[in-house]
Amino acid sequence: MYRYDEFDAQIVRERVAEFRAQVARRLDGSLTEDEFKPLRLMNGLYLQLHAYMLRVAIPYGTLSSRQMRQLATIAERWDRGYGHFTTRQNIQFNWPVLRDVPDMLAALAEVEMHAIQTSGNCIRNTTSDPFAGAATDEIEDPRITCELIRQWSTLHPEFTFLGRKFKIAVTAASRDRAAIRVHDIGIEIVRNDAGETGYRILVGGGQGRTPMIAKELRGFLPRADLLPYLEAAMRVYNLMGRRDNKYKARIKILVHELGIERYREMVEAEFARGDRGAAPDAEETARIAAYFTPPALIPRDAGGLAQACAAHPDFAAWVDQNGHPHKVPGHRAMTVSLKPVGGAPGDATAEQMRVLAKAAERFSLDEMRVTHEQNIVLPHVAEADLFALWTLLKSQGLDAANRGLVTDIIACPGLDYCALATARSIPVAQAISTRFADPDRQREIGPLAIKISGCINACGHHHVGHIGILGLDKAGVESYQITLGGEPANDAALGARTGPGFAYDEVPGAIDTLVETYLGLRQPGETFLQTYRRVGMPPFKDALYADAA
Amino acid sequence: MPTLRDRTGVVLDGWIRVETAAEAVDGARIILPWAEDLVLPEGHPADMTGLHIPNDLDPEAMTRFFAQLGLISVAFPAFSDGRGFSIARRLRGMGWTGRLRAAGPVIADQFAYLLECGFDEVETPEKLDARQPQPQWEAALALVSLRYQRGYRGRQSILEARRAPRGGAA
Repeated sequence: MYRYDEFDAQIVRERVAEFRAQVARRLDGSLTEDEFKPLRLMNGLYLQLHAYMLRVAIPYGTLSSRQMRQLATIAERWDRGYGHFTTRQNIQFNWPVLRDVPDMLAALAEVEMHAIQTSGNCIRNTTSDPFAGAATDEIEDPRITCELIRQWSTLHPEFTFLGRKFKIAVTAASRDRAAIRVHDIGIEIVRNDAGETGYRILVGGGQGRTPMIAKELRGFLPRADLLPYLEAAMRVYNLMGRRDNKYKARIKILVHELGIERYREMVEAEFARGDRGAAPDAEETARIAAYFTPPALIPRDAGGLAQACAAHPDFAAWVDQNGHPHKVPGHRAMTVSLKPVGGAPGDATAEQMRVLAKAAERFSLDEMRVTHEQNIVLPHVAEADLFALWTLLKSQGLDAANRGLVTDIIACPGLDYCALATARSIPVAQAISTRFADPDRQREIGPLAIKISGCINACGHHHVGHIGILGLDKAGVESYQITLGGEPANDAALGARTGPGFAYDEVPGAIDTLVETYLGLRQPGETFLQTYRRVGMPPFKDALYADAA
Repeated sequence: MPTLRDRTGVVLDGWIRVETAAEAVDGARIILPWAEDLVLPEGHPADMTGLHIPNDLDPEAMTRFFAQLGLISVAFPAFSDGRGFSIARRLRGMGWTGRLRAAGPVIADQFAYLLECGFDEVETPEKLDARQPQPQWEAALALVSLRYQRGYRGRQSILEARRAPRGGAA
């Protein structure tokens, strides 16, 4: 993985010192609260319902053991012994005290981490495929591009006071696991007819209160042009994006209002005018790429895997459900689920973080990935080591065999933590997960992504859940709207509403009704989404609202 | 009175803001507001003529006046409204080499970014001075010595610094 050089280290140290000074200037009145707010947000510091919340950047979700151990230490020393992994492949600490935050940032800097641009109206943490470097279907490791973008977008002098936040995702695989179609800019690494690799650029996707699927801005962009082209796209947005209404300030609204053709003309004109000054030279790209050289894994035989699976059905189920094919024979990329039945999705205790660090160190070349589904991936595990890994994970309750199943629920923090939330989401996830606790039933139901947001801002990605749940406040009472048919990948789609909302207590029953309806309708081998796409909304709607009719 | 500063410190503002070309006084440096039907005072020297533009103006509209101007002032209606950063980049990209001023309630923490995007000087309202006197602007500028981006002014570019030992051209 990428390691800081002296310059990366220095800029983070300087930023910590700058923030320390900004906190002091807020306390002595030099900065008003209005002035301080965007500065603290650009350092990942939110004022939440009960306390401050610090969101730490995990660039494209990649973490080393040393970094994970430091997160565990931070959780114990300055928080309540746990952290929350987010849909942006980051981690949040929910209970820091303002005066401690500069020390937390300094502790992060010790392990080449920071909280820069995890919030605020700037370019946020670039996200990517959690199986990068391991996946069988990728052209190259997308994190080389992500790291170029990370550096370019860090403390950008021109794009740090945008109209609204700006999110970029990169994939290099034929199967999009980075949800690039619901990002402000989505980047797909592609090969053209001449066999050259370059970029397909999508723009104007997003979730929030006005969900939209991204449109194609450029079918093929030569590699060297990436940063100058992004600069042109950002400049047009910064100059033209709406500033009169924060709910209409995302680039998706600009692209929608101008039309993709007009926006493209403006970007291409800006790009043509530019001097390509932003582009790194080939040596710099090569320097970064060297950190992402494919690991020297030796193809291995499965070393007793079949026997272990036969002897331990729980283990076999875990391997089957949480494993992903690896480029190198005899290896798997394993998902460690942070969704135990009845647990808060994405939460990990300090002890669990340490076990994950140990697991990565022993079994996965010292590397982990945070996924946007709020799980952890160990990307390079030898099949011969799987049983030892599983045994280690089990010791801290990290052995849930439910990746992609009905209990692998994405949920935002919701009303338990968030100042914006209009309803609870974690307890809804816990109730659904408990209702579907039976592992045999989960496997019988098959792939099913439930995503829950506690307000219209859609941090829980409900628009792209196979079943989406949106918690609203209806005259002081929580009401949950259900959507069906959303999907974030190549065939991205936004979910459609079933009808009137449900009370908090009714949600698990409603989900059960939807699942039973699917099981009754499905053809052999069909997933929930496939069945929904074939039969449409009516049978689900009829089943949900049968009593009311 | 507003404060004018550049990277050397607080400087005396030799320019006066006027409403119309008719107010142009011989020998005075004047800043006129932008208007759709803008007419610059005839015979007033370019290096004594300035123009103040709103931040929703397409910088392209300015190019035809470049030869008649010595200063462009860009409005920052609020420090959080960052359009002016891109306007500065566009103006510099289109060949504006004269003085470029940011005018509005921007804060010390933005000073480095403003200079990097091409501004020469910053004019802030008087009421900000009490809270953020000059030493804070100097301190803010000194706190961060590096940046990643190429093609911007000021601080050392990390990409250039990495390139130097390789002997590459900037």
